[in-house]
Amino acid sequence: MLTKSQAKLFFLAGTIIFSVLFLGLSYDTHVNHVANQPYEKTITPAVIAGKHLWEGNNCMGCHTIFGEGAYYAPELTKVIERRGEGYVKGLLMSPTPWGEHTSGRKMVAYGFSEEDAQYLVEYFKWIGTVDLNGFPAKPKYKIEKNN
Amino acid sequence: MKFKTQKIAYWFFLSALGLLALQIIYGFIMGFAHMGMDGLHDFIPFNTARAVHTNLLVFWLLLGFMGSAYYIIPEESQNELYSPKLAYIQLISFLAVGVTAIIAYHFNWWEGRKFLEIPRPLDYLVVVNVLAFLFNILMTLFKGKKQTTTALVLTMGLLFAALLYLPGMIWFDSQTLDSFYRWYVVHLWVEGVWELIMGGILAFLLIKITGVDREVIEKWLYVIVGLTFLSGILGTGHHYYYIGAPSYWLWIGGIFSALEPLAFLAMALFALNMYRKGEKKHPNKAALNWTLGAAITSFVGAGLLGAAHTLPNVNLYTHGTLVTAMHGHMAFWGAYAMIVLAIIAYAMPNLTGRKLYDNNLSRYAFWLSNVGMLGMTVAFGVAGVAQVYMERILGVDFMETQKEIEPHFLVLILCATGFTTGVTLYIINFFNHGKPTDEALVSE
Repeated sequence: MLTKSQAKLFFLAGTIIFSVLFLGLSYDTHVNHVANQPYEKTITPAVIAGKHLWEGNNCMGCHTIFGEGAYYAPELTKVIERRGEGYVKGLLMSPTPWGEHTSGRKMVAYGFSEEDAQYLVEYFKWIGTVDLNGFPAKPKYKIEKNN
Repeated sequence: MKFKTQKIAYWFFLSALGLLALQIIYGFIMGFAHMGMDGLHDFIPFNTARAVHTNLLVFWLLLGFMGSAYYIIPEESQNELYSPKLAYIQLISFLAVGVTAIIAYHFNWWEGRKFLEIPRPLDYLVVVNVLAFLFNILMTLFKGKKQTTTALVLTMGLLFAALLYLPGMIWFDSQTLDSFYRWYVVHLWVEGVWELIMGGILAFLLIKITGVDREVIEKWLYVIVGLTFLSGILGTGHHYYYIGAPSYWLWIGGIFSALEPLAFLAMALFALNMYRKGEKKHPNKAALNWTLGAAITSFVGAGLLGAAHTLPNVNLYTHGTLVTAMHGHMAFWGAYAMIVLAIIAYAMPNLTGRKLYDNNLSRYAFWLSNVGMLGMTVAFGVAGVAQVYMERILGVDFMETQKEIEPHFLVLILCATGFTTGVTLYIINFFNHGKPTDEALVSE
């Protein structure tokens, strides 16, 4: 039967081995993989400014990006592809909340300046170029609404 | 209680329960918003409610863990706490930082990264605060007569939790790397070192409640925390599937996170077996319920419901949907909220001398909150699965889908009302114990 010192050894050895493996894989991911992707070299100052705005306004508190965030508002990884630049920019600059007349849910009316709205658009465009192993998956069907 | 300074735990428990109550209020705001009733939008928009809800969870659980440590470490090391004064300063400053952050979220001041929304200057204060806490606990341990495995595992969990907070504070221009290192904090906390804390508290409670020999309990504690790290560290990979990390994470994350329920299964079997084996039946039935409840519910919520959507081919469709909320609610409740409520239920009669071991109030508190949470989990699950099929498989627009699943949020709110009633009864029962007093001191 297992003794306490064997159990302790199992814990310590397992922890050390898997921590070292994890750190090694992290290094490989960061240095050998992510840093070498072509899109990592297209992070312009505008994209970075957009990321600051994205975080500074906690957009993730309602939306998701790369599927991460909250589940209250649409996933935005491919938003420019889906909605087009003009729509997104107009919405970001709008002085009235999105959804005020259409449904119960509203989006904060940020009323961004054109410059800031452009930064966010650049950020979304960049996000759309990242290789995400197939996410978001294309829906299997395409159905229409009956009126 | 055996040492005067254990009384400090009371103030941590009191603060934790206060923040839990506030967390629930913000949960209701979000539930109604999901039903299309967003009346508070101008004052508390959804992203504020969401950040407050999740951050209060982290704050009150950390306060609960700290309170547990202040209760457990003196008793385990047979020594008064190194500096009670430091503990009080640490409590007040922690609350001040927490409350400031919560208020800041109402004024659009935050760092909008899921779970780590605290504005950067406050991050540094959290670090200082946690260092003060750890210093106090470690000094108590070193100066103590004994260094038990239970105390060491608990302290290790708290120490690693502090260390792992740091990678989350680095700025990355790349969203991929930002997300990659954010999970160092979030995943390795809740599916790693927090399980050490939970295991430590659980072992302490089982030793006290069941009377099973310490050596046996601590042996299994090592096995459980061993399994936790064996699966949980590389299990972080399930967060790396779709963020721009290499594809080898799909199978590494898949395999190891599929193993993660093992640690929770071991924890549940361990708790139940120790209970059966135990000859000493402690009269504190409330503490027993919460302890066994935590072990079982964490297996269901964190283990099974986590495994349900952790494989890459499933997660491709469920990632970023309400399915995650289903798992999240029961996992946090079972693993962490319940273990904190268990140690509070165990500690209160000992701190105050009022032996409210087995009353109607505590029974209703336990069953109402648990059945309520189970119902909430089902409501989230149904809404989430419906969302996955409609939006991700049939290609219905996001908002159209959300409109269709609104009725499930009514069910959610009804179940949440039952849950809240249970928690309220728990808090009333807490206050019925009165304040901690030196008259409750007992010697072994």
